Amino acid sequence: MSRGRRRERERVTTLASSADDARRVLATMWTIRRFEEAVDELFARGLLYGTMHLSIGQEASATGACLALRDDDVITSTHRGHGHCIAKGADLGRMMAELLARDTGYCRGRGGSMHIADVSKGNLGANGIVAGGIPIAVGAALALKLTRTDKVALSFFGDGATSEGAFHESVNLAAIWDLPVVFVCENNHYGMSMSVTEVSRLERVADRAAGYGIPGVTVDGNDVDAVHKAALEAVATARSGAGPTLIEAVTYRWKGHSKSDQNLYRTREEIESWRARDPIERFEQAVREAGTLDDNELKRLRDQARDDVREAVRTGQTGPPPSPDLLAAVYAPSEVDALSGGER
Amino acid sequence: MTATGTEVETMTFAEAIRAALSQEMEADERVFVLGEDIGVYGGAFGVTTGMLERFGAERIRDTPIAEEAIVGAAVGAALCGMRPVAEMQFSDFTAHAMDQLVNQAAKVHFMLGGAASVPLVLRLPFGSGTGAAAQHSQSQEAWYTHTPGLKVVMPSNPADAKGLLLAAIRDPNPVVFMEHKLLYRSASGPVPAGGEPIPLGVAAVPREGGDLTIVATGIMVSRALAAAEELAGSRIEATVVDPRTLKPLDEATILERVRATGRVLLVQEAPRTAGFTAEISARIAESDTLYHLLAPVRRLSGLDAPIPYNPDLEKASVPQVPDIVQAARALLEDG
Repeated sequence: MSRGRRRERERVTTLASSADDARRVLATMWTIRRFEEAVDELFARGLLYGTMHLSIGQEASATGACLALRDDDVITSTHRGHGHCIAKGADLGRMMAELLARDTGYCRGRGGSMHIADVSKGNLGANGIVAGGIPIAVGAALALKLTRTDKVALSFFGDGATSEGAFHESVNLAAIWDLPVVFVCENNHYGMSMSVTEVSRLERVADRAAGYGIPGVTVDGNDVDAVHKAALEAVATARSGAGPTLIEAVTYRWKGHSKSDQNLYRTREEIESWRARDPIERFEQAVREAGTLDDNELKRLRDQARDDVREAVRTGQTGPPPSPDLLAAVYAPSEVDALSGGER
Repeated sequence: MTATGTEVETMTFAEAIRAALSQEMEADERVFVLGEDIGVYGGAFGVTTGMLERFGAERIRDTPIAEEAIVGAAVGAALCGMRPVAEMQFSDFTAHAMDQLVNQAAKVHFMLGGAASVPLVLRLPFGSGTGAAAQHSQSQEAWYTHTPGLKVVMPSNPADAKGLLLAAIRDPNPVVFMEHKLLYRSASGPVPAGGEPIPLGVAAVPREGGDLTIVATGIMVSRALAAAEELAGSRIEATVVDPRTLKPLDEATILERVRATGRVLLVQEAPRTAGFTAEISARIAESDTLYHLLAPVRRLSGLDAPIPYNPDLEKASVPQVPDIVQAARALLEDG
């Protein structure tokens, strides 16, 4: 029996009380943190092109939600998607190679941070369009249902996405068709600069679930255990054929929206107050209190994440440049197209 | 139906599309259809009539009126191994779904470095002539041909509709399949039973003549053929080229036929400015076919105006048979 299914049945009390779980959670969260710090630094040093959206401070929602999934479940991600990709099991070297625009990257240097995907691990891709991945997750769930699998789809999106029509159309579609999909809204309080309190009269994003007749729950998104428990329940519901759930994970991004952000819409005090609620520190504290792992092991996990990311930067930088033959990359080869691979 | 697929049956355009859908659904369980009112109602134009009874509600999926979710669901299902065929009730409603079509479906294969593909078909009933006015009558093929990653098919007769739809469903890329609404019932002709897909990217030449070449798309093919018949009465012989697929485009056949006659008339229903025939015109001008021209390229298009409600004005907005005859005569007087 797979790890995920056993988990769903047993309802482990807390992740911090199991050494295996604690190691896995910390390894994932530290890897996300160190990966994004490295990306931030590479960018500052002019070694990374374009733009990127960092999820530092939000590691618990990606980690807790993906831990409730099996390897063969699928996710759709967002422009702030490094954490989702890592939590779903991506190879750090190929991720970093993609950000460094190399042929060895997941998208062969054609997608970059905003389109990073690892289809082999069920990550159907980050998305540059706010809410763009939600209908796709619903379609994925439809395929999983039509093919009689018991796999589920999970869609990550931000609070900003809940103002998009795509969110409403697709959550409703999933609801009426009882599709095996879990909607995870990472409410980090701002859609770029726009406060979530100003875009809706509802107190909670999860309240929107009532409009579609599905369960909606709000959890502390900086508590990996709370996210995990909510995701386990939602995944079990979806897998059983009982339809979708909307989970709102309340969290906060420490960094700006992207590289252009000067944080004019929020105060230093607000940012500091959320840094004090660091999801990784909190979980380490819980692990210490439970006596599950000692300080040496905690340090070892931190160091391992740092070393893994350093290695990813090293291998990423050695990758060759991508193929310049872009026209050959637009369409998949087709046997029913007389001009496939040729002049269009 | 025989094993050789040589038997033919007379069908309307709508029946031919239904036959292709049914044939593929029988042969491939990954194929399913989704859209508004396609079940009991049979679709706004009756294309899916009877298919709910035959294939069941799981594979003939009635949806809410939510075009972005329809196309998005097709994208996601295609990414997970299915072969969805989505119907927009009217092509105009694709405006609601452009993000999923243009930013997602068209780009996934490229953006993901080839790690995934999106084998979906988007069926679009399009065009004027039904009195449905400006929001239900457009010809927006240039929107799609201008988007790398999409293929665009525009059949002009029942046999092509069937064969090209078979190909579109089997193609591993997103294909926009444009069906002129006036053809659904009015176009009738022999269609191979069973039958093989007609490869994308191969133009048809339904009429040959030495005086001029008319390249026409969609419903304009039948009007060009009617015009050619009339011109033949005055001893003017026209070649008619039907590209059948706009993307990929069989440029070689078009250029060859234009070189052979030295005169070319391009006919489309869509508005003139930046329309698809402007692309054909440019390809003629960019190639050495230019040196074979005896007269400048001539285009006949819809007006650069929304389609009006009034029936006379509606007709006057897009090329009709007499317009094509007149333009052909003028072309022959040129140069």
